Amino acid sequence: MKKLIALALALVLALTVCSAFAEEPITLKIAHIGPLTGPAALYGIATSRGAQIAVDEINAAGGKYKIELIDEDDEHNVEKVINAYNAALDAGAQMILGSTTSKPCEAAGAQGYTDRVFFLTPSASSTAVIEDKDNVFQVCFTDPNQGAASAEYIAEHKLGTKIAVIYNNADVYSTGIRDTFVEKAPGLGLEIVSEETFTDETTDFTVQVGKAQEAGAEIVFLPMYYTPASLILKTAADKNYKPIFFGVDGMDGILSVEGFDTSLAEGVMLLTPFVATSEDAKVANFVKLYEDKFGETPIQFAADAYDGIYILVAAAEKAGITADTTPEEACDLLIAAMKEIQVDGITGSMTWDESGAVTKTPMAATIENGVYVFK
Amino acid sequence: MIFLDHLINGLSLGSIYAIIALGYTMVYGIAKMLNFAHGDVIMVGAYIAFCGLQYWGFPPVLAILVAMVACTILGITIEGLAYRPLRQAASLAVLITAIGVSYLLQNIALMIWGANPKSFPTTFINGSSIRLGQLNISTATIITILANVVIMVGLTLFTSKTKLGKAMRCVSEDRGAAELMGINVNRTISLTFAIGSALAAIAGILLCSSYPILQPTTGSMPGIKAFTAAVFGGIGSIPGAMLGGILLGVIEIFGKAYISTELGDAIVFAVLIIVLLVKPAGLLGKPMREKV
Repeated sequence: MKKLIALALALVLALTVCSAFAEEPITLKIAHIGPLTGPAALYGIATSRGAQIAVDEINAAGGKYKIELIDEDDEHNVEKVINAYNAALDAGAQMILGSTTSKPCEAAGAQGYTDRVFFLTPSASSTAVIEDKDNVFQVCFTDPNQGAASAEYIAEHKLGTKIAVIYNNADVYSTGIRDTFVEKAPGLGLEIVSEETFTDETTDFTVQVGKAQEAGAEIVFLPMYYTPASLILKTAADKNYKPIFFGVDGMDGILSVEGFDTSLAEGVMLLTPFVATSEDAKVANFVKLYEDKFGETPIQFAADAYDGIYILVAAAEKAGITADTTPEEACDLLIAAMKEIQVDGITGSMTWDESGAVTKTPMAATIENGVYVFK
Repeated sequence: MIFLDHLINGLSLGSIYAIIALGYTMVYGIAKMLNFAHGDVIMVGAYIAFCGLQYWGFPPVLAILVAMVACTILGITIEGLAYRPLRQAASLAVLITAIGVSYLLQNIALMIWGANPKSFPTTFINGSSIRLGQLNISTATIITILANVVIMVGLTLFTSKTKLGKAMRCVSEDRGAAELMGINVNRTISLTFAIGSALAAIAGILLCSSYPILQPTTGSMPGIKAFTAAVFGGIGSIPGAMLGGILLGVIEIFGKAYISTELGDAIVFAVLIIVLLVKPAGLLGKPMREKV
């Protein structure tokens, strides 16, 4: 009986608080599109769950907007994504958080460009995702921009000024990042003392590493995936060469290579916006909510999607979106709003320009005792 | 100093090419076929050694022996099932079969061990690197170069002194005449595959000790380079394979170091073309006259 009274009282209190501060919250319909099944399901499920955490928080806080999240599966497939997109619009979605992966996002974004539907992708990082489309924006860095961001980080944190670059000249990802790095570095007082290339088949890195060592590089920048990077670390250890190795998101995964001697990666730095073990209060809160709800540690994709929901809400607020705004009307309003907002998320403080690419403070993690830490 | 460093790296890389090239050259010399699956036998050998060290907790010597035995069996099986039925067939048919076996092995490895690259445990072979003044030489490099010398001396003695070795040379010289002299040609060819495959296991372990990334395509590129080395030195000739392998490794490293890393492989193959233009049989190959 006591419980019932308490509940009733709480209800009355809640109602008065609500009516005192705001009228009925506006329902915003956001569709998340990502691969919930298939080979890339790991990423789609992460973005879906990350978005869900943000939606729960926003709805529980009871602000101006109440969010209804529509979840659609694209199976990481460029044809299925169009079905998912149509299904989302049929369900009344006003804007889209997605798609999670680059190729489907490129396809759906192009369709959205014709139909005038707004897209914010949490994690599709290729340049083609935003190229020639004013309706698509990114939460993560565009691949090549990681080069410029790395140069900024190195200069800002004064890690060193003599830099060697080793990159894969048979790979767009690697050359793209290298190009923006090399372009940005001189202006920041960084000197590139050695620049060497390799291809997909290369296993011998003695020359590349030897030249970096000979040139006296304090930092070796490695815009590449972790497989060649692990060979470079091994070669450097054999040569007793101990610079700071600085990688980008492709380096993520090096610690989980089976049989890899993680002591080789000790002190390696990599550009990453999110580390689950971070002590930052906002990040720790997100990680805890995510672990409690889903029983696993969130990956970067989840963090990107979590921020994505907050960005959409911030943009909707700026643009004055209501429950009755159609996707076509919302698209132009949101595009205008995106250029004006600044969002402090768990992956950094972000702003956007008309290209759709994000500008945010670069963050880098260091590998210490086999785990990533922020310094 | 940096020159010496490059030279040692070149010798190390070249020694690995040389050991792989031996497998190509022996099989070609005796069976007159190009065994393009050789590179993939190397990969299998490396995976088995990896399993021994990483999963089964074998001591290194046992892991190496198990890999050698497994590769020997694999080599004999491939020869018996895929190549022997084609002994009288056109050489093009055998070549295509070898390429087929190569893909078969890669895909089986993909099925068993997956596409994720594995890092070969190297702690057993190079606990530390040796310092000579400013030079750092890894133990893997020293072991590779030594193993190369031991194998070359061993094989030369085997083919010149033992009965089986002499039988191999006879088959290589004239298969028909050898058969008439009472040499079992099929068994000799099987033996060649057995030795070649056991060497492939050693090559795989040495390759992955120096460059510790193991995936189903690990053997492809070194296989092609070693084949080039065998042709460079004169295919069919054991010292030729050695010389070709070591020269190729040194040229590759020097080309990358003093000309351009972008052109590393292009330089290697350009040298091959020039050598073949001047000496079509390779550096140590015997020019063959076709009798009409």
